[in-house]
Formats: sequence, structure tokens, C-alpha cells
Amino acid sequence: MREVLVSRLIRLFATIMVVTMLSFVISTFLPGDQVSAILGIAERTPEIEAQIREEYHLNDSIPVQYWYWLTDAVQGELGPTIPGIPVATDIKNRIPITAELTLVAIGLAVFFAVPLGILGAYKEGTWIDKVTSALAQFFLSIPNYVLAIFLGYFISVKLNWLPNSGWNRISNGLTGNLKTVALPAISIAMAEIAVFSRLVRSDMIGTLKENYVLSARAKGLSNRYILFRHALRNSSLSLITVVGLTIGSLLGGTVIIEQIFAIPGLGKRMIDAISQRDVYMVQGIVVFISVVYVLLNFLVDMLYLYIDPRIRSRRG
Amino acid sequence: MTDSAIKVSDNVVAVAPTLEDESGFSYQLKRFTIGLLKSFWATFRKMPISIKVATVWLLAISFGALFASWLPIQDPVCQLNLPLPCTGGNLAAKWEGPSTSNFLGTDTLSRDTFSRIVFGAQVSLGVVVGAVGIGMTIGGISGALVGFVRGKTESVVMSIIDIILAFPPLVLLLALASSVENRTIWFVAGIIGVLSIPQYTRVARANALAVSRREFVMAAEAMGTKRSTILFKEVLPNVLPILVAYAMVVAARVIVVEGALAFLNLSVPLPKPSWGSMINESRADIKQTLLPTLWPSLALIFTVLSLNMVGDWLQRRGAGRSAAL
Repeated sequence: MREVLVSRLIRLFATIMVVTMLSFVISTFLPGDQVSAILGIAERTPEIEAQIREEYHLNDSIPVQYWYWLTDAVQGELGPTIPGIPVATDIKNRIPITAELTLVAIGLAVFFAVPLGILGAYKEGTWIDKVTSALAQFFLSIPNYVLAIFLGYFISVKLNWLPNSGWNRISNGLTGNLKTVALPAISIAMAEIAVFSRLVRSDMIGTLKENYVLSARAKGLSNRYILFRHALRNSSLSLITVVGLTIGSLLGGTVIIEQIFAIPGLGKRMIDAISQRDVYMVQGIVVFISVVYVLLNFLVDMLYLYIDPRIRSRRG
Repeated sequence: MTDSAIKVSDNVVAVAPTLEDESGFSYQLKRFTIGLLKSFWATFRKMPISIKVATVWLLAISFGALFASWLPIQDPVCQLNLPLPCTGGNLAAKWEGPSTSNFLGTDTLSRDTFSRIVFGAQVSLGVVVGAVGIGMTIGGISGALVGFVRGKTESVVMSIIDIILAFPPLVLLLALASSVENRTIWFVAGIIGVLSIPQYTRVARANALAVSRREFVMAAEAMGTKRSTILFKEVLPNVLPILVAYAMVVAARVIVVEGALAFLNLSVPLPKPSWGSMINESRADIKQTLLPTLWPSLALIFTVLSLNMVGDWLQRRGAGRSAAL
């Protein structure tokens, strides 16, 4: 087990290095120039420009620049941004928003998907299964940004039940916060409900054909007991993996939803930074989300190893 | 002539007089097209009604996208108060409802929604064709290769794949898209295509692994057939149907992603219509009128749904066939 852990940690470190390096190289291609990102609206003369180029190592080669950037980044410095706030601070202030949105959406999705998936598996082939499968197919095909716009139109504009845009922080009261998180989270959750419930369904159908389920039936255990204690437990493994991976991809995937609902999270900041040509900000967010993504995938991998003894013994 | 007449009467070669034409390119092309249409029709007839509807929709928008410039529809960028002369002659006001001259009404800039959807299909489908072409060719061949050859090649290719997969896809895509300002359809298709290579590689590799253990591959190996011949004549043809069905599902995702990029103004630049940018442009006025947002959304949803349905159906059919093999 320890050997596995050590080799995984080495791989994690290597992946993070490659990912940061590539994101750094990509962001050097971004239109916009570092000098104006640093200066903002301050006066710009050739002398000042030369001074800044010297100070921020902009005249060096890209590998050298990467090295300077990396040594700063490990110390939590990601560069200046146009409004004058350090990039790292700006990112830190926005993490709770994107994280909350992601977690609420995933929570909603799991909450509805698991019962639906179990129902579909238990009633396999009946009209209930067919209707839920068709609905899953349908919701899977609606892009979340389209759903977000129409949810906003009907719930906010027509019925005026919930605010159409903006964000209330939890510190300003939970009800206000939940009101602003509801629509964006539902828009994201719908497609994920479809994905998760399909997964639970197909996994459970396989599990219900296993011999131990048959013997549990023969023992006279109740259906509910078999479904939840025997079948769901064994089927939850793949669900956990997919949920973990989805959390990772949603960190970047909330971009459009944040844009539609004017939520000041990481995604919206990234789009704003792209249009403002704020090179350091784009770079900072890309690197930050990529590293979190790598870490989350690593954690899911470790969790998998921890839960399933078969995998542990095979690799260890 | 008498020679061939004898043959016909002997019932041996009935098409002898056309022998010279058979080697010609146009004849080969015709035969290929007829074969393709025949196998399409054979597949189409077996489809359940819902899949048939989806296929017809996909064919219809493909037709619209291909021939948009020649169809008798309005100019997609023509506006009422634009100082430039309009060739299409669309002189409607903004937010007009459906009428005989403007099928689906007009948008905020008084442009014809129907023709914008038809021309928008060019962008969506162009990106799909490009992205799927790149992804499937490179991913399919590399996956089939490493699944068949294995060894060092496999570990090198798979670690490159792992690096691409280590990135959050959408963020990487946004960073790549924003690094170029004059984005053409081919650029957008290129970046989406390259980022989708890993998925095809994995599917192709898994299936090539399974196919490589089959009797006919072993038989070919025993006969001393060249490895490259086995790869292209035995392994790839058996991996291809699965890959095509999978490509339909990926195509649905490509359309959603292109829509997302267009929505964020990171696909082809305006005013070229794209479904995503149409939705984004008209959503600001959704309180006044729903229709200009609704139509492109419906086009997007129907296309994604159709691709998913046809892809799923092909996959299920392919699974049944390979199990029977």
C-alpha cells in the first residue's frame, strides 16, 4: 500500500509540473501584454516600460520566465491584476462562490439521481423505466446554458419567484444565498441527474443479476433491504468515481452559468479577464483550476483504492 | 461485340462491353456512392420511428448548411437601418413575429432568424465535421495501433493522452480559443478536435485489444501477413463501426461545446451567425420577446438530441453485432 502511495505521489507531482508548465506556455500566447496588465491606467513611457520589463523578467526566455513564475507561485504570488488587487487574493475571494455552486449542483444531482436510477433498475423494461430513460436522454441533450436561460425566463421573469442574477454571500444570510444559488445550481444539476441516474441504473441492473442478490432473495430478505444494502453498496463505487470527476470538470464548467446569472465566481472572472486582456489573471485562473482538477482526480483515485479492496491487493 | 455476345449467352460475363469504364474514377465514385446510399437506406429502414425522425432532422440541417448560400432565403446579416446596401432585401423591423417573408420572425437587429439558423448550422456542423474528423482519424488510428502493437509505443502514446486528460477540458479550451483573435471555423474545429483525441484513442485501444485476440487476427499472423496489413485490413475495419457510433455521441458534445464558445464570443467572430452567439445576443431582450432566443435553442437541442439518439441506437446495434460475431 505504501509503495503504491509513493509512486502515485511522484506521478501527481510530475503531472502538476507538466500541467503548470503547459498552462504557462499557453498563456504566453494570449493577446494582450503584460506591461499594460501591470500598469493599468497609469502613465506609460518607454522608460517605465523598460523598467517594468526588467523588473518582471519579461525580456527573458520562456523557460526562465516560467521558473521565476513558479518560484513566485509556490509562495502564493500569481502577479498583479488591472484593478490593483493581487491575482492570488482575487482568486481566493472567488473560490467559495464557485465551490458552493458546484457542490450544491452535485448534491442536488446525487439526491435525485440515485432514487431514479434504482427505480429504473428495479422496474427494468416496464413503462416507468422507459419514461425515466427517455427523460434522461432528453435532459442530457439540453445544454446547461440553454436550460439556464429558459429557467431564468420562466421562474424569474414570468413568475418572479427567484432573482434572475447576482449573488448573495452566505455571510449575508442563508435564505438570500440559497435564493441566488437555486437557479444556477438546478441548471447545472439537470444534465448531471441524467448522467448519474443512467449510471446507477445500468450498474444496478448488473448487480441485481449477481448470485449473492439471488441468495439474499432466497433467504427471504425484503426488496428494499436488498436494493439499498446489497445492490446500492456495490454499485456506489462507479458513482463515487463519476461524481468526483464531475466535480473537477464542473470547476471549469460553471463558466457560462456564472456568466448568465452574473455570479462573481472564478469562471466569470476568467471570461472578464479574457476580454480585458488581463494576462496574469487568465493565467492565474487557468493554472489554479488545472491544479485543483489534478488534485481532485488524484483524490478520487486514492478513494477508489481505499474503498475497493480488490484493486488495493491487485496493485499493492 | 460478338465476343461479348457469346459470353452473355453463356451467362458468364454480362457486363463485358463496359469493361473499360470500370477502371475510370467517375465509375468508381458512382459505384461507391450507390453502395453508400444503398447501405444507408438498408440501415434507415431498420430504424424505429423516433430514430428515423432524428436522422431526417440531421439530414435536413446538413442539407441547409451545405446549400445555405444557394437557398432562396434572406441575407443572414441584413438589417433594416444598416447604411450598407443589402443584397437579400430583408426590410423588416426588429422582433417581428413569424411571417411569410420572415419564417421565424426577426431578431433585435431586424435580421431574419430563419436564415441565421440555416447559416448558423454551417458553423455548428462545420466544426463538428472538422473536430470529429481530426479526433477520429488521429485518435482512432493511434488507439488501434497501440492496442494492437502494445509495448513501448503504447506506454508513450498513453502517457501523452494522460497529460491531455490531466487538464480540465473546458478551461483549456477557453485558454486556447482566447489565444487567437481571428478564429476561423477550422481553428475552432482544430482545437476541439485535438482535445477530443484522447476519448477516441481510449475507445479504439480497448476495442483493438479485444479484436487482436480474435481467431481471424491470429490466423492472419500464423499465415505470416505483414503487421501493418493486419492492422489496416483486420483490426481497423472491426474497430471502425464502434468508433463511428461513438463519434455520433461525441459530435453531440462538440455541438454543445461550440455553442458554449460562441455564447462566450470565443467561437467564429460576429456577425457570422452561430447558434450559440444567436442565443447570447438575443437573451438580453428576452423580457420583450422570447422567440429570437427560442428558435436557435430549439435548433441546438434537436440537433444534440438527434445525434445522441442515432449514436445510442448505432452503439446498441453494434454491441449486438459484435457479440454475435
